[in-house]
Amino acid sequence: MTPMRELLEPATSRSATPPALAAQRRAARVDLAVEIAVTAAGVAGVVLLGLVIVFVVRGALPLALDPQQRAQVSLDALLLPQPGRAGAALLWSPTARVPRVSLWPLLAGTLKVAGVALAVAAPLGVAAALFTSEFAPGRVRTWVKPAIELLAGIPSVLLGSFALLTLATALQSAFGFDFRLNALVAGLALALAVVPLIFTLTDDALRAVPPAYREAALALGATRWETAFHVVLPAAAPGVLGALVLGVGRAVGETMIVLMASGNAAMVSANLAEPTRTVAATIAAELGDVVMGSTHASLLFLLGAALFGFTLTLNVTAGAWVRRRLARQAGGTP
Amino acid sequence: MRRLGSTRLGLLLVLSWATAAGAGSITVKGSDTMVGLCQRWAQAFRAQHPGVRLQITGGGSGTGLAALVEGATDVAMVSRPVAPSELEALRRRTGVAPVVVEVALDGVTFFVHPSNPLRALTPAQLGAAFGGRVARWSELGGPEARIILYTREATSGTFEFVRDHLLDGDDFSPMAQPLPGTGAVVSAVSRERHGVGFGGAAFTKGVVPLRIRLGDDEVSPTPETIRSGRYPFSRALTFVLAGPARGETKLFLDWVLSGQGQAHVGAAGFFPLR
Amino acid sequence: MRPAWRFRRARLFEGLAAAAAAALVVALMVVLVDVLRGAGALSWRFFVEAPGATATEGGIFPAIFGTVALTLVMTVLVMPLGVGAAVYLHEYASPAARLPGLVRAAVHHLARLPSLVYGLFGLGFFVHTVGRAVDGVTGQALRWGQPGLLWAACTLAVLTLPTVIVATEEALRSVPHEVRLASLALGATRAQMLGQVVLPAAAPGILTAAVLAISRGAGEVAPVLLTGVASWLPDLPDGLSSQFMHLGFHAHVLATQSPDVDAARAPLAGTAAALLTLTFLLNLVAAALRARLASSAGAR
Repeated sequence: MTPMRELLEPATSRSATPPALAAQRRAARVDLAVEIAVTAAGVAGVVLLGLVIVFVVRGALPLALDPQQRAQVSLDALLLPQPGRAGAALLWSPTARVPRVSLWPLLAGTLKVAGVALAVAAPLGVAAALFTSEFAPGRVRTWVKPAIELLAGIPSVLLGSFALLTLATALQSAFGFDFRLNALVAGLALALAVVPLIFTLTDDALRAVPPAYREAALALGATRWETAFHVVLPAAAPGVLGALVLGVGRAVGETMIVLMASGNAAMVSANLAEPTRTVAATIAAELGDVVMGSTHASLLFLLGAALFGFTLTLNVTAGAWVRRRLARQAGGTP
Repeated sequence: MRRLGSTRLGLLLVLSWATAAGAGSITVKGSDTMVGLCQRWAQAFRAQHPGVRLQITGGGSGTGLAALVEGATDVAMVSRPVAPSELEALRRRTGVAPVVVEVALDGVTFFVHPSNPLRALTPAQLGAAFGGRVARWSELGGPEARIILYTREATSGTFEFVRDHLLDGDDFSPMAQPLPGTGAVVSAVSRERHGVGFGGAAFTKGVVPLRIRLGDDEVSPTPETIRSGRYPFSRALTFVLAGPARGETKLFLDWVLSGQGQAHVGAAGFFPLR
Repeated sequence: MRPAWRFRRARLFEGLAAAAAAALVVALMVVLVDVLRGAGALSWRFFVEAPGATATEGGIFPAIFGTVALTLVMTVLVMPLGVGAAVYLHEYASPAARLPGLVRAAVHHLARLPSLVYGLFGLGFFVHTVGRAVDGVTGQALRWGQPGLLWAACTLAVLTLPTVIVATEEALRSVPHEVRLASLALGATRAQMLGQVVLPAAAPGILTAAVLAISRGAGEVAPVLLTGVASWLPDLPDGLSSQFMHLGFHAHVLATQSPDVDAARAPLAGTAAALLTLTFLLNLVAAALRARLASSAGAR
């Protein structure tokens, strides 16, 4: 900086309009400041992701580092059946007299609820996207797509209260479930949150397939359905997969709907008509009620870190698959 | 120019609001059973002392005590006996002996759906049901159906009270569905034909409270049976403070214990001390 | 394969796809109608009064105020950061450099984290680390080191950052490249070009970004559950360190904790209506803004 100014100094003294030059120099300084500021904002995004990782993992670390917590919670206690009054069992009741901290009931519950949600949401979302993108007349499309996108903005707490107050009663009287609140109710309500997501992104992916694909297939005598299903959908596969992956992430991480509609009993069972407790609902229900730094708090942060790790791994893996697939497609079609 | 002026004014307003001191405020946290009662107290108290802000949040007795240990609340609402270890933790943290004050009486009530013909059960029967040792109503003399258990989240004082008085060292059945408050349990049981749950005596709309059978005797939770201790699940609702009450907190506590404060206890569904 | 059968099958599947789309719209409409059922019984005073002794008595003004204040503070925090990052990515970063790729990847992953994870982060970082540090420096007894409005807003700001960055980048992309070249050719510096030409041209898009962030932030309950919400607080928050009532959380409390479901119907519907106004209607506004943006871009 200094040598630069020395070089400029004589020029200034000779110049006829020193104020203009000063203004120019000020403008250059502003320019630099703006560049630094926006770069810092960009870097902040990276720093924040790093902070999120560090602080969620840090909350769980005492389980591994603090001798007192290590004595209370062993890896066996987290993962293996523990002897109880009624034989060996997998239980989650961290505040019981003899705390039980098996992760399996919560993982099984998460799997059940997310499984139901995706089994409903994936076919429904993709089919609806095929309709709006491939079959619907233009007028219908211009209404249906924004309608579904707008409805995606219904806050999940309202979907949860719908499930709790209305859907649960309707399903119980229709199917005679023993339990009013169960994995199926929660899963269906969760599907309502996931479908619009899958729908929107699948529709975008289908629309991005070049019209020439469709024209070629139709010209060869394929029906509209065959064109859509056998030509357009495979061509859009990476985008559709991205949509489904986002749906999985949302289904696994969604909290309020499940907290309100699943019944929250932590048990390992394959029965969809029984209540269940998910990882996310457990964190939300219990974290408000623990002392920070306690073993229980560390356990909940461990669950959070697991949720985080799962989502991150899923996205990284899916991203890599999509990139490979896209590269192959680009290479395969000269 | 005018836009700039209004922006500055807005900023100034926001700043002055943001840094305003939270003077004259009392935070009360803990038992969900007691939240409704405390809100009634707070409303009436605020009418007489408009300068005092009251902030009341639930979460459970355990949450309230945890917050008290952390210094995050002035008063913890606790609906179960306070364990000596908890008092010790408080003393260690503050260096002063904590204060436990009884503010009202309650009887933990068990209730079923109105369609359930059962009206009375023994403590042993209730214990067997909530411990998961009995799974069907028919085993207790009721209809041929599964017993749907509702409990409270594990930090609730009601949860611990029932575990200590009913389950005899056992834990609740893993099939029991934990809910975030007595209101939640009542509303769940009122919509679940084969449900059973428990909570403070405050709410029983849409459900039928069970009498407790003791030998040949059947006891309902009434003011008399609860005050005399004849109802087996009677308990005191308490305020726990980190030390002797001072300032606004003392003002509020004295008012709660006065005739004026106790007059609101009945309206919340509990029983006054005297 | 016989052609007749093929065409019948095609018709069948097209019909199924249409049914799926219809089912989706109908299901979401049913939800909307159901959560708003009973709102007609409320008087306007419900929206301007403080809550009574129980959640089903009185009004929801503190919850409306709390939610609006929360999203306002969040917007003030997230917009400069988000717009800055988008400007960096779109206007400054050279495609060959490693940093912009890293920033994009980070934003991509931030956008896909479950909202509850942000709550854990907010509790561990803002409340228990930054907050406690502030209390330590200012020598106050616990004030900033507990959940409160500012920390909840910070948490939501991190949550909505990807939304703002992506939407702002889209807005910047809609500004024609020639505009930038022209202003540089006239002797403007890069900062002048940005401040006086590009950002004003992208303003509707940036506004859309803010609206999207608000509608997303106002609807999230899980992150604020852990960082500052209170279930009953008839007084308005008196500063950024106060706890606050929140429409989404209030709806949760009404739906799950009222002993009398029928009495909770109307207040729940009213709370849902207020919440939907903040989220759903703002979504509509964003859609309209976007449509106008698209048509004006087309006109150019």
